[in-house]
Amino acid sequence: MTAMRNIKLAGLVAGVLGLSMTGAMARDLTVVSWGGNYQDAQRKIYFKPFSDLSKKPVLDESWDGGIGVLQAKVKAGAPNWDAVQVEAEELAIGCADGLFEKLDWAKLGGKDKFIDSAVSECGVGAIVWSTLLSYDSEKLKTAPTSWADFWDTTKFPGKRGLRRGPKYALEFALMADGVPAKEVYKVLRAPGGVDRAFKKLDAIKGDILFWESGAQPLQLLKSGQVVMTSAYNGRISAINKTEGTKFKTVWPGSIYAIDSWTILKGSPNKDQAMDFIAFASLPENQSKLPQDIAYGLPSKAAAAAVPADLAADLPTAPQNFEGAIAIDVDFWNDNIEELTKRFNAWLGK
Amino acid sequence: MIRQRLNACLLVAPLVVFLGLFFIWPLWAMLVTSVQGGTVRETFPQTAIALADWDGAGEPPAAAGDAIVADLRLEVPTERFGDSVRTLNSQYPGFRTLLPRTARAVREAPAGEKVDLAGIDPRWTDRALWLVMKRAMPAYTDANLLAALDLRRDDAGAIAAVPPEMAVNRATMTRTFVISAQVTLLCIAIGLPFAMITASLTGWKRNLLLVAVLLPLWTSLLVRTASWMILLQDNGLINQALLGLGIIDRPLALIYNRAGVLIAMTHVLLPFMVLPIYASLLAIPKNLLPAAAALGARPWQSFLHVLLPLAMPGLLAGSLLVFMVALGYYITPALTGGAGDQMISSVIAFYAIGTANWGMAGALGLFLLIPTTALYLVYGRLSKPAGAA
Repeated sequence: MTAMRNIKLAGLVAGVLGLSMTGAMARDLTVVSWGGNYQDAQRKIYFKPFSDLSKKPVLDESWDGGIGVLQAKVKAGAPNWDAVQVEAEELAIGCADGLFEKLDWAKLGGKDKFIDSAVSECGVGAIVWSTLLSYDSEKLKTAPTSWADFWDTTKFPGKRGLRRGPKYALEFALMADGVPAKEVYKVLRAPGGVDRAFKKLDAIKGDILFWESGAQPLQLLKSGQVVMTSAYNGRISAINKTEGTKFKTVWPGSIYAIDSWTILKGSPNKDQAMDFIAFASLPENQSKLPQDIAYGLPSKAAAAAVPADLAADLPTAPQNFEGAIAIDVDFWNDNIEELTKRFNAWLGK
Repeated sequence: MIRQRLNACLLVAPLVVFLGLFFIWPLWAMLVTSVQGGTVRETFPQTAIALADWDGAGEPPAAAGDAIVADLRLEVPTERFGDSVRTLNSQYPGFRTLLPRTARAVREAPAGEKVDLAGIDPRWTDRALWLVMKRAMPAYTDANLLAALDLRRDDAGAIAAVPPEMAVNRATMTRTFVISAQVTLLCIAIGLPFAMITASLTGWKRNLLLVAVLLPLWTSLLVRTASWMILLQDNGLINQALLGLGIIDRPLALIYNRAGVLIAMTHVLLPFMVLPIYASLLAIPKNLLPAAAALGARPWQSFLHVLLPLAMPGLLAGSLLVFMVALGYYITPALTGGAGDQMISSVIAFYAIGTANWGMAGALGLFLLIPTTALYLVYGRLSKPAGAA
């Protein structure tokens, strides 16, 4: 009798498991982005209107990046994410390793509708964003203008914020050491270049607070814990808008990068994800983004449609673009492991 | 009889399946991943043969260049090719861009024609690169285990230390154990008196103290950490109050250093210390302490000889819990610590999430697991006599 009951119970459990698995099969389109006020803007401009248009729900999740996350999802088969916004480094590795579906460029209106660096087999650019020097203009009376000023602790006494990790820190150190922005990666690739950057970092090591997440530099600036910090440009303009702060940014010596929309390999909602990406790449939709957050637009027509006063804040504005460099994806994909090890060793010394 | 046994088996089956699925299998997978050589041999079968007899000291055999060209002409699944690239790039930064570039050039070259590797990229003339390829061929490797201990194989194949500027894992591991021990001691220093006071009270006072220690457990870890940032920063509440009272004339550095890590972690982990001690104190008969006093023991003597030995099982269990949970922390130290406060879990997360290098993540995890297990065994020995007494 009890054995019979147990078998029934087991059947019930199996049934419930089976149900939840079929539930997973018929999952709604899941779009993944970077969270925070950026994703709030995306929800308003892309996710909700697309859901209304397609008459199907769109789920959105956020993540913090990392190729390991995508690899684990794809290797497990039937990933639970469909359209994912990734950084340029993840796009390059994931595309080479077969973690993404190939995009249907016909649906996107052709490759010539986008700036060159936003076009890849597996991804289409979603935003152009910058990492740059920022400071609170209400606290600093003399404005810093370069990374050399960031390193000048006599002229600007106080702590500084930098992102924890070798990426950006090494580039900025070389710029502070007098390397012209356009030659930073040439120097980093040459023998002794990395040593030179670490030596420069040594000079202000005791004055640096290292941050991890994009919201931290804002908090550090606002509380006066640091006098200046590296930060993501979109976050700076957003906090100025929402909290009335007077944070300013220094564009010369900034490093810009492109984030792209991708579709995870084996996504059960592949076609719908492609339609979503096409929708989010339409000039009339994309051009609304800078109203909420100051990221540049990879669609040429969308960029042209941004009002002049908003365009001036974007990384793609000519005067901002002038002294900026693009992140060197190949350099970092080759060296991130080795240099992170060295950076961590340097931190602990 | 058989049916009864079958039923018993069915009853524990969920537990066995759970343990196997979520405990034993992941541990085994971690161990295997950390020593697996990866897919390089499958992706470059002819190169493997060509390099097999090379001693690694002289120039790489001429046949190796042709073999790799032939291997790159093969159609291999992109995911496997990517895995091989990752394994190689981890040992020799540069393979990530070198291999796809070379593969493209090789496939564009007319079939049967000799391809000049050095012409495609000068790095192909580097002997160290070929040595990395040769060493990546076996099915099993000690490269990850050695790297986790800041060791490597030198050109002759002997185990040697990595250059000092690259040595980070042993220091981070030691730091992880030191921070965990410091947090455990702080939790004892605060948790033991707290539990004693709580156990001595009754009614709403006891409930209030218990809620005070439990409340943080119901709040998100990130919220608690962020609150400490607001309290401890230079312009935070604590520094403002001390400055206002004239006790200090410049802000104390309470956060973004080791002090910040210890304060935040101790706060988060305190419940794990208080609750076991509290439980063991409740089990002590109420008349023991008055009895000790009646026999002439001073308060500190009755604490040392009566209360503490009886509370010891709870104290040990609490210490073990706090210490082991502390070992795995990395968000709190990352947010409240300074340059020199990184713990090993953040390094493991970097390899697993950031670079999908599961081999290194597994090897580091293994070296975290071994001392932890050893400590657990020591605890088992220590707690036995106390339990028997």
